[in-house]
Amino acid sequence: MSKTPAGTLYRGREGMWSWVAHRITGVAIFFFLLVHVLDTSLVRVSPEAYDAVIGSYKNVIMGLGELGLVAAIVFHAFNGLRVIAVDFWKKGTKYHRQLLWLVVALWLVTMIAFSFRHLPIVFGSH
Amino acid sequence: MSTDIEAPRSGRVSPKYLRSGKSVGNFEMLAWLFMRLSGVVLVVLIFVHLYLNLVAGDGIKGIDFGFVAGKWANPVWQFWDLAMLWLAMLHGTNGVRTIINDYAEKTTTRRWLKGVLYSAAVVIIVLGTLVIFTFDPCPVINGVPTVADYCPAP
Repeated sequence: MSKTPAGTLYRGREGMWSWVAHRITGVAIFFFLLVHVLDTSLVRVSPEAYDAVIGSYKNVIMGLGELGLVAAIVFHAFNGLRVIAVDFWKKGTKYHRQLLWLVVALWLVTMIAFSFRHLPIVFGSH
Repeated sequence: MSTDIEAPRSGRVSPKYLRSGKSVGNFEMLAWLFMRLSGVVLVVLIFVHLYLNLVAGDGIKGIDFGFVAGKWANPVWQFWDLAMLWLAMLHGTNGVRTIINDYAEKTTTRRWLKGVLYSAAVVIIVLGTLVIFTFDPCPVINGVPTVADYCPAP
């Protein structure tokens, strides 16, 4: 038996890690939203100003960023519905782990489908 | 021999550990409820938004001034985007407010961070609302009217 005491860092399980992921994706989406409103506002300046900025997004790095953004939004959306189920559904707390794996499965399916639509555009083969 | 079990400390926290002053009515409960209600609506609003802009038609490469103008020539999408702007900004601002309250330990730090947060939120909400409703999808540039199927024939 090990003589050294176990670490005291709480490593959590499904509940804690989904909470961490919900916070990180939430903050990321919020900062994107600020920029998204600012760049869309350029339609009020001139068509050229808007098209110039949107044109600067049409490259591989931004394209992969868009994939990451959609991944964050889809996770935050599905996990948010899970949080609502845990709060309002009588059996929500009992099945919160199973609900998280359902969220992960739905997220994977959605992201695979979206990747097939989005990545060919990003890599210019479409 | 009986053992005394102390009552839970909930609601009896020593004042020196309190991060806020007197409780202000039901605000925190209403904020909690707003996150759930706006969350459900935002899932619908944003999934349709992502489908129309990134999946349908030409996908993301179809986005340009004409694409935005074509949508906002229709009041349905003006109000759709207005609802998204307000709900997402309030939902996001309240979420970041919670995070600031959790991690910023000094009262002055929390006040400053929340001041910056609320200022940014007001600027973005006012700007976005003005853009949606003062936008002209068919601008006349140097005397030349825009030609598009959503514009009136010159």
